[in-house]
Amino acid sequence: MAKKRSTTRNPRSTRDRCKKAQATAVLAQIDREARDVERKILAHEKPSMKFPIRSLSNVTYRPARGFFQLLRKKKERTLTVGTVKTFAQTLRMMALSKQLVESDDIATKREAYYVSKNWDDARFKEQPESDAVMEDVEALFEVNREQLGFIPEEKGGDVAGELVVIDHDRETGEELRIDCTRFGSGAYSIPISVEDLRFETNAKFVLAIETAGMFQRLVKHTYWRSANCILISLGGVPTRACRRFIRRLSDERRLPVYVFVDGDPYGYSNIYRTLKVGSGNAAHINEYFCVPKARFLGVTPEDIIEYDLPTHPLKEVDIKRAKDAIKNDPFIQHHAAWRKALEKQIKMGVRVEQQALAKHGLNYVIDEYLPRKMANTRAFLP
Amino acid sequence: MAKPAPKRRKKTPTRAKATAQSMAGQQREISVSEFFTKNRHLLGFDSPTKALLTTIKEAVDNALDACEEAEILPELYVEIVSTGENRYRIIVEDNGPGIVEAQVPRIFGKLLYGSKFHRLRQSRGQQGIGISAAGMYGQLTTAKPVVIESKTNPREPGRHFELVIDTLKNEPVVKKNVEVDYEGWKHGTRVEIELEGIYKGGRRGVDAYLQQTSLANPHVHITYKDPKGEQSVYERATDELPEPALEIQPHPYGVEVGLLLRMAKATKSRHLKAFFQNEFSRVGPKAATSIVEGAGLKTSTSPKRLTGETAERLIASIARTKIPSPPTNCLSPIGEEQLVASMKEQIDADFYTAVTRSPSVYRGNPFQVEVGIAYGGSLPADELATLYRYANRVPLQYQAGACAASKGVLQTNWKSYGLQQSRGALPSGPLLVMVHIASVWVPFTSESKEAIASYDEIIKEFKLALQQAGRELGRHVKRRARERDEAKKRAYIEKYIPHVGIALQEILGLSDRQEKKIVDTLTDTLERSRKI
Repeated sequence: MAKKRSTTRNPRSTRDRCKKAQATAVLAQIDREARDVERKILAHEKPSMKFPIRSLSNVTYRPARGFFQLLRKKKERTLTVGTVKTFAQTLRMMALSKQLVESDDIATKREAYYVSKNWDDARFKEQPESDAVMEDVEALFEVNREQLGFIPEEKGGDVAGELVVIDHDRETGEELRIDCTRFGSGAYSIPISVEDLRFETNAKFVLAIETAGMFQRLVKHTYWRSANCILISLGGVPTRACRRFIRRLSDERRLPVYVFVDGDPYGYSNIYRTLKVGSGNAAHINEYFCVPKARFLGVTPEDIIEYDLPTHPLKEVDIKRAKDAIKNDPFIQHHAAWRKALEKQIKMGVRVEQQALAKHGLNYVIDEYLPRKMANTRAFLP
Repeated sequence: MAKPAPKRRKKTPTRAKATAQSMAGQQREISVSEFFTKNRHLLGFDSPTKALLTTIKEAVDNALDACEEAEILPELYVEIVSTGENRYRIIVEDNGPGIVEAQVPRIFGKLLYGSKFHRLRQSRGQQGIGISAAGMYGQLTTAKPVVIESKTNPREPGRHFELVIDTLKNEPVVKKNVEVDYEGWKHGTRVEIELEGIYKGGRRGVDAYLQQTSLANPHVHITYKDPKGEQSVYERATDELPEPALEIQPHPYGVEVGLLLRMAKATKSRHLKAFFQNEFSRVGPKAATSIVEGAGLKTSTSPKRLTGETAERLIASIARTKIPSPPTNCLSPIGEEQLVASMKEQIDADFYTAVTRSPSVYRGNPFQVEVGIAYGGSLPADELATLYRYANRVPLQYQAGACAASKGVLQTNWKSYGLQQSRGALPSGPLLVMVHIASVWVPFTSESKEAIASYDEIIKEFKLALQQAGRELGRHVKRRARERDEAKKRAYIEKYIPHVGIALQEILGLSDRQEKKIVDTLTDTLERSRKI
């Protein structure tokens, strides 16, 4: 180990130092918060912690910055009879984080949930409860959960096409060149942390796709070759790693990012919006975990008419989601084009899936739809 | 809507025309006994189950009335002996004053004979119909005589009677009358009736009846042996006899034409004015004059000369005359203290309360309402409340739906006392409600004395008593809920505060002593803040 550290050429040493500094900062934050609680208790006061409110009501959208920025609204959680359980759980989650960071270990969100099973009465009943407390702590310190030693268990997303990812062997540190054109009918899987990766590419754009089915079709017919692009499967609302991966391609390789999702309110205001400007839930990390330059390719409500696509009626939840977005989502509110698109969809009362294009032939999407769309990228929704 | 079926024309059967002569051949006096045999349901003998219960009830009612009138603490022995399929011998024995030899045949062998019908006094029996009817039922179903043993004087032996009733003549026939005595027998009466019946347990059975009787009569000691030979004892909750009920004269407002005529025939007064003054309560010279003259009669007219028509005019005149309410000191309620003591003796609950209202009057009859409530403990929590209805301390087990007491309970809003209650139903929860009406004349809906008639004045009194007791109960229920809530919160705090300590210890590397101090201080702070 000592030998390695002395090698100035080792690209990991700076990152290690950086990581160490981050770890020290997090530990200090945990310590400070705990001291504050201790001091108040000993002074016979009721301790309290102030958490940023994690919802769309506490973010603002500034197009110049390009992402949902956290506002200063906080909820104060004072230790009372009603809050004592969550309060104790939050502190125990912080203690667990401290232990992880100190020992340079990690726990998945699910593992953290299982660790709590050893906390007797303070254990979490279901994982969403422990996730929420974890996200509170994350927001409290305004750090990424990885810095607290917690990692998600879901993978980041799949990649295929004109991209070489440069990673390192976990043991030897040897450079690994991963050619994303060479996965055949499979794909490269985005890791949980993408900060260490470097990229080489001559692609002209990135195409982010909601469904695995559509991704499979485009990979099978090597659409990436004919269009000279990188295909990324989002698999629903994109994970933080996926958002960060696309963001780095967008920033560092100056690649345009086009998004291709189902034509429903969930595809618009959840998947696309989260990819482009981030979420209200973890707004403190939006700055790095979104792709402000992303543009919306389809499927738009207009496409339903233009391409004569088969539809399904909007469900109650779809309508509610669309109305909610028009009313409360700062991003949708900012873009008249989006507001109109959603209003139009509510009026039409129908939704459409990406794969509805198959009505005109299985490869219609490759032969007709995407080329026609790509011919006029300026018409894409913002 | 379905159309009513078209009326079918009645077919007149062809038969020989009756003549006045042929009809006269069929017309004859119907004896009371014969009437009963055809209308036994009116008196509570409509089913074998009820017949058995009614027989016991009548015998127990008589025994208790007799004891109390003689101011003897009642000591009862009740036994049911199985003598064949659906056949039982009922034995009820008391330590009352006994019955003089000459009266025994008439009391037990003649319907409508007794001391109670002719006077206004709070007592269990009212009509003097019960025990002889039970005897007759037994005789009709088993052909066995009623056996009575009675002793009035400790220094003389008692008498053993065996009686049957001549149902045509409504007259007792004495089959046997001999001397009898037992070791240690001082005084009292023992009745044995054998009858066809069905013995049942449960809420309308004999066991329930005796238990409820004991509850409303805390001064009574009952030993009971059921057909299986199992013996149970209902202990006394008090050694105090109830205040003796006083006899009062009828109040004019409660009098009907028939009674007025009967009283007029029986009176010793020679003038109408004196008749009203002497035979009725609260009628002074002024009121008497006003009644008589208001009917267009002379005050000096002899009462014997009253006719149906003049009697009706008098009744109308009474209604127009202002007469003070009857005296109410004639009633003998159970009393709040005794009710609570009795419930505590018999019922395992957390909370007991009782309310005895001041006496009130309906149609010239004084009455008084009482309510007892027991809540919690081992009473069933997830069932509807249990309602015990009483009239002059006698449990009413049938016809709950038609009874004014039930109406009073149903019309009370128990939700405001912290209980659950569905629309038109009894409240639910671990609740026992006793409702008692004491009166010189309890208005029953029928002769079988199962339900109290719904006079507005009576329902109103029931509701007022229930509300008063309900408010007490509400305070208790709310206090219990608050205490439970407090305990829950306290347990909740104590459950999670240690984890605050553990977490802080882990993060800050505190010693066990420091950690304990944090937990103690925080617990103290939260406890304090909660009480403010």
